[in-house]
Amino acid sequence: MKLFELGERTAQVHDVLVTVTELADRDDARAVLLESADDPALVKPYLNRLELVVLRFPIFRDGRGFTQARELREYLRFSGEIRAEGHILPDQAAFLRRCGVDSVVLPKNGNGDPALWEKQLRQFPVAYQRSVLPERSVGPGLRVEEAS
Amino acid sequence: MSLPVGHYQYDRIDRDFLQARIAEFEGQVQRRLDGTLSEDEFKPLRLMNGLYLQLHAYMLRVAIPYGILDSRQLRRLGEIARRYDRDYGHFTTRQNIQFNWIRLEDTPAILRELAEVDMHAIQTSGNCIRNVTADEYAGAAADELVDPRVHAEILRQWSTLHPEFTFLPRKFKIAISGSPNDRVAARFHDIGILARPGEDGAPVFRIFVGGGLGRTPIIGEELFDSVREEHLLATLEAIVRVYNAHGRRDNIYKARIKILVQAIGVEAYREAVEAELAQMNLERYRLTPEAVAAIRSRFAVPLLEAPADADAVLAEQRRADPIFDRWVRSNTHVHRDPGHIIATISLKPAGGIPGDATSAQIGRLADLADAYSFGEIRITHLQNVVLGHVRKDRLRDLWLGLAEVGLAEANIGLIGDIVACPGLDYCALANARSIPIAQKLGARFADTALQAEIGALRINISGCINACGHHHAGHIGLLGVDKRGEEFFQLTVGGRAENGAAIGTILGAALPEDETVDAIARLVDCYLGRREGGETFLDTLTRLGHEPFREAAYETV
Repeated sequence: MKLFELGERTAQVHDVLVTVTELADRDDARAVLLESADDPALVKPYLNRLELVVLRFPIFRDGRGFTQARELREYLRFSGEIRAEGHILPDQAAFLRRCGVDSVVLPKNGNGDPALWEKQLRQFPVAYQRSVLPERSVGPGLRVEEAS
Repeated sequence: MSLPVGHYQYDRIDRDFLQARIAEFEGQVQRRLDGTLSEDEFKPLRLMNGLYLQLHAYMLRVAIPYGILDSRQLRRLGEIARRYDRDYGHFTTRQNIQFNWIRLEDTPAILRELAEVDMHAIQTSGNCIRNVTADEYAGAAADELVDPRVHAEILRQWSTLHPEFTFLPRKFKIAISGSPNDRVAARFHDIGILARPGEDGAPVFRIFVGGGLGRTPIIGEELFDSVREEHLLATLEAIVRVYNAHGRRDNIYKARIKILVQAIGVEAYREAVEAELAQMNLERYRLTPEAVAAIRSRFAVPLLEAPADADAVLAEQRRADPIFDRWVRSNTHVHRDPGHIIATISLKPAGGIPGDATSAQIGRLADLADAYSFGEIRITHLQNVVLGHVRKDRLRDLWLGLAEVGLAEANIGLIGDIVACPGLDYCALANARSIPIAQKLGARFADTALQAEIGALRINISGCINACGHHHAGHIGLLGVDKRGEEFFQLTVGGRAENGAAIGTILGAALPEDETVDAIARLVDCYLGRREGGETFLDTLTRLGHEPFREAAYETV
């Protein structure tokens, strides 16, 4: 498993990764896996001990993970690591980062080339809407500077 | 350089962004060619940049945000049609333009040429928030309460490469109007927004959700009556977030927001949106008066000056020339300034292809826009073109100029003003050809005096149940179906997209293609024979019910 960091946070390896339903019985678990249909609010009781939430993308077109990441950051104020894994494309790197995802498990095919992910993170100088990141305004309109 | 009238002026930052988007797309094409991206992965990525693979060729759909262009941009579209397509372009019901005969390898060059005039193909397709549409008379109509274009531009920017909403369950269409007379089909959109002035001077927004045509036509329901401007973006974020999390992804025909709204009910949807808003940091999403003012300042406002006798000059010209008078009656709309008028240019010549324009016509339209309407052009959701600010005393000169390139058809809002999808002549999804039947109907009712006599009557034609020709919303709707290899058309009547939106009801069994035009002619005769006073087709239909029309349509079958 190759990890790629989208931002400043260093990705941590956890040996124990459990599902949401297993979380209640596993006091030792510091990492949880959310399927795209899982409601992120389910992890709320465990936020104090969780260090990593992994969002699994069954296919890159299933965009629920982006909303899950934002809910974790915005609503649950989760400050640990969020990671995306599964079928994801480098074309989604900046979207993931701006929704609060810190790291990805690089795909094992051509989409897993770290250079592609690096490039995508620097693709756009600005964005036209707020994200979960503290991005600086560019002028008085809607634009913000994409942090890279 | 002076600001364009009617649309947002790009600056260096916006232009850098477009260049970055083109570079990204080129990289995606390259990765497809070298096999790093599979076709299944590439397809949604190219669609998000407006590139379709149709029956015979690639099609590029270019965005015309809120339907407004300047003459420099329109001229460039004409040049692209000449150089990269077969010398014409096709204006769509989403106020965009499509080029139907594009080579994949030419697309980066075309995108660069578009970017030179601040245009692009971003989000004209794909399961994302599509190009935002607006009232074609925005900023000009006498009946308007709020010019919706500044907020349409805000929505365009906000939705551009939105990090959370670029992989939605299905496409997502937003329309906005600031007039009490709905000219955007607000209730047939995923989100329809009607702006009106609020008490503090800032507009408030009435928001409809879950409307749409397609396989399951549904009239949108009101979600909120009065959303304050500062909460507009927060509210839209919440609406789309609920959809992204809960919209169906197991069946593309059940994936639009309308299906979710129907499944849980609009009350439950509203509660879900309110629950999101309660958790959101509203200050973070706040649309500030400063941001609105900054975007507004990038629009030029036309300086409307007309001689005192402009109205009298026009009145005299109309008296002197009945043919011109007929065009004025059908093809103009009241402007907010008494010395000006709104002119709609029909792209529906009798026997022609609805929405098509040759590069020569496109070039002439750009010249006429420069001469008569501050260089501003609007594309309508009914596939016509509007010049929004024409001085009344110069309207006849404009009309004469239009006639020289075959663009003086007097049929706006009349039976010849047909909306049709591209159909089986182009589209991989279609069951029937929409264009030939539109051409035959256009030819049958070519007489402009007859069209004026028939009055307001809208025909919409779709080549399959995906309903891109909006047949459900036509006063008379035609749906193409395939019966053992032969084209048939199912007729619906009573649909309407304007105020009092309604979905048409099926009149009876589908008719063979060669009997359809006669059946519609009999429907129209039935109306002409039975109408009372100043009744329109819809009025008579409402009064009499469907039965007499059904009988007339199927008389000889």
